[in-house]
Amino acid sequence: MTLHPIFAALRKHKAGVVLIALQIALTLAIVCNALFIIGQRIQNVNRPTGLIEDNLFLISQQWVGAPDADKPAGAEQLDAMMKEDLAALRNMPDVSSVTPTNSLPLYTSSRAGSAGINPGNGTYDGLSAGTARVSYFFTDDQALPTLGFKVIAGRFFNPGEVQHYSGREERTASVIVITRGLAEKLFPDKGAVGQVLYLDGASTPSAVIGVVDRLQGAVWAKTFAWNAVVVPARLNSNYSRYAVRTKPGRRDAAMKAVPSVLFGVNPMRVLDDEESVKSFEQIRAHAYQSDLGMAILMGVVCIILIGVTAAGIVGLTSFWVGQRRKQIGVRRALGARKIDILHYFQLENLAIACGGAAIGILLALMLNFWLMRNFGMDRIPVPWVLVGVAAVLLLGQFAVFVPARRASNVPPVAATRTV
Amino acid sequence: MNMLGYYLELAMRSMKRSRGLTVLMVFAIGFGVAASMTTYSVFRAVSGDPIPWKSSRLFVPQIDAWGPSTQRDGDNEPVNALSYIDAMALMRDHRAKLQSAMYIIWSSVVPTRQGGHPFNVSGHAVYSEFFPLVEAPFKYGSAWSADDDRQRSAVAVISSKLNTKLFGGENSVGKTVNVEGRNYRVVGVLDAWNPQPVFYDVQNTGGFSTAADDLFLPFDRAIESGVPNDGNTNCTKPPKDPGFVGLLRSSCVWISYLAQLDDAQAVSAYRGYLENYAHEQQKAGRFNWAPNIRLRDLPAWLESQEVVPSDTKVSLLVAVGLLVVCLVNTSGLLLAKFLRRSGEIGVRRALGASRFAIYAQFLTEAGMIGLSGGVLGLAFTGFGVLGVGMVLPKGIAKLATLDMPLLFLTLALAVFSTLVAGLYPTFRASRVQPAWQLKSN
Repeated sequence: MTLHPIFAALRKHKAGVVLIALQIALTLAIVCNALFIIGQRIQNVNRPTGLIEDNLFLISQQWVGAPDADKPAGAEQLDAMMKEDLAALRNMPDVSSVTPTNSLPLYTSSRAGSAGINPGNGTYDGLSAGTARVSYFFTDDQALPTLGFKVIAGRFFNPGEVQHYSGREERTASVIVITRGLAEKLFPDKGAVGQVLYLDGASTPSAVIGVVDRLQGAVWAKTFAWNAVVVPARLNSNYSRYAVRTKPGRRDAAMKAVPSVLFGVNPMRVLDDEESVKSFEQIRAHAYQSDLGMAILMGVVCIILIGVTAAGIVGLTSFWVGQRRKQIGVRRALGARKIDILHYFQLENLAIACGGAAIGILLALMLNFWLMRNFGMDRIPVPWVLVGVAAVLLLGQFAVFVPARRASNVPPVAATRTV
Repeated sequence: MNMLGYYLELAMRSMKRSRGLTVLMVFAIGFGVAASMTTYSVFRAVSGDPIPWKSSRLFVPQIDAWGPSTQRDGDNEPVNALSYIDAMALMRDHRAKLQSAMYIIWSSVVPTRQGGHPFNVSGHAVYSEFFPLVEAPFKYGSAWSADDDRQRSAVAVISSKLNTKLFGGENSVGKTVNVEGRNYRVVGVLDAWNPQPVFYDVQNTGGFSTAADDLFLPFDRAIESGVPNDGNTNCTKPPKDPGFVGLLRSSCVWISYLAQLDDAQAVSAYRGYLENYAHEQQKAGRFNWAPNIRLRDLPAWLESQEVVPSDTKVSLLVAVGLLVVCLVNTSGLLLAKFLRRSGEIGVRRALGASRFAIYAQFLTEAGMIGLSGGVLGLAFTGFGVLGVGMVLPKGIAKLATLDMPLLFLTLALAVFSTLVAGLYPTFRASRVQPAWQLKSN
């Protein structure tokens, strides 16, 4: 079949053709970008934190009328209170291990600073060469069994290395464990274990004794999510946080039992069931709520768009079929088979959709460029656009099938009827 | 316009005749309008002015306490909070009509009744001028006095929610509330007040929070008692001295500031004052860079802090794109529908109907389809607004509501946009040649 008669016929109803092509173009432009946003968000959400996330929860509590951590005696007192809490938690039947920590991956609150391979000048510097911005985790030797990250080089802390001091004090750690992300950034061509780092612009070094595979930073530490430094210390302040790993399947029971256990140790504290005791699952859900929400919203928009465009193609093609009954009849009478008529409409739709897709690619890239400039979105990869093009072409073929089949069923006798 | 009734009847008849097409158009418009209106309701909620009668007179001063070497983005924008030293200097000089430094607190409150566990409340440490500055409404009592500020009195203003929780909602002025183990005398109870965004401290609240502030303490009293800052503390270098005192002496920034300046003259005077202050600091050797200050009014400040999440803007944009596609779709279908009736148009024209009459007839039909789409869109928008709770953070989702203006806007948008979509098809219908149509049939 030659394309010539199709183009000749299209010229007869320019407006309809232009409208369908335009609709396909806009659909392609929006769907491409929306799918790209969905893909990015899902990729974001699916990144592993480095923890074993099941059977893990976090307690965040605050003492009332606590001693002043800025005074040495106060810090000692607070540390004793913390140890009491830890002992009580470790005694719970459902609990397998507990570690004090200032933060967890994806948590809202955390401390960040800088690390460098050369002695610093007392100021934070995570921007110049040989330095990086980092998230800190202040925790003890029990972090390894509790959080479940993997040590890929060197070793983790032993109990004797764990210190304690006021949360407001800047103290240089003698030994630290860092993440692989940070190790690869600062020591690109040698093993990090045995090297030293200078933290927060300090002039005294901290020795790297181990490297963990992954340990994601807090939810807001997006630009340096994989750079973390683990410091063997309990930070003393008027609040404390404990990460708890339970025996398999006992997480919820243990979470329920926590308030009575801790209130039993000391009732003068703020410990609210909903806010203070959170499963890691809840922390993760909270961190990614807006990403998931955006993905769902874009998904809904895509479904509506595709539905509307498909329905539009069905509607307009049906109208054209009705309009051309007589011509179809003539063609059938002159010997065209049913399949020829079917192919005619399918080819016609393909021609329009190709035109629309060509404009659509341009619009998709323009929209992407605009989103990049104004909202910091990434450049859409070409394969995404091509998949989008294939999708709208297929969509057109699916949509056109029903009216085209109806056209192919027009009997040759229609040629002889006037209306 | 006795023809309008006739056109409405014709439109009804036409809509019934090709039910499939009509349903398709109504649904397309319904979906398009609902998607736009749902995302718009969210956008409207987050981009609203929390204090429209006063926002142009509220200003946020910024002073570059870090210098150009710490610039990350290269836009020379000073940090968005003040150090304790600078905030105190501004409070001491007291150059605005009303002003207050503030920091966010998250303090434990011990209930008075026996057996209750302590709980945490969010709040701010502020100066007495904060209350008239933000026009916080009082249910009982009033703000503390400037004298209380100076004497660092142990006084507190609490929200009506906290008042209900602690005192059963009665007038609690004069009673004591135990904060962080210390007693404070209640001097005022606020009426329901929860501005969104929390314009006086968007840096630390992110703009939208589910929990309104429950507790306000005098700033200097809170500092003296070591009530810790619950918000962001940003530093270019670790404080030299340890503890809270070290933080106060450091160049770390963690204090928000709001000032009321009533006219252009006051604004330029204050800007000059800030400039001069930064210059003095440079001369004193504290800053070794040229003065770099900002003084933005509240709307500009909210804009610069990107209080409206970019996801909200992108969603609105995509939804409007969806509406455009739905309109193009409707336009195509209307074209098919109208031109199918070329015969009828030919007859009407031959019997003396003017082009204007054809316009009126077909635009009436488009309008009716738009109205039906609008009604359907209204229902979808209702579901959409209910559904945003599932996809957006709670603090933002609860602000999106379906009210009368949104209702009318939905209908108006549906009708107007369908009329626009119907313009070209109607134009084509009006160009139908009567003679040609009559002959061919």
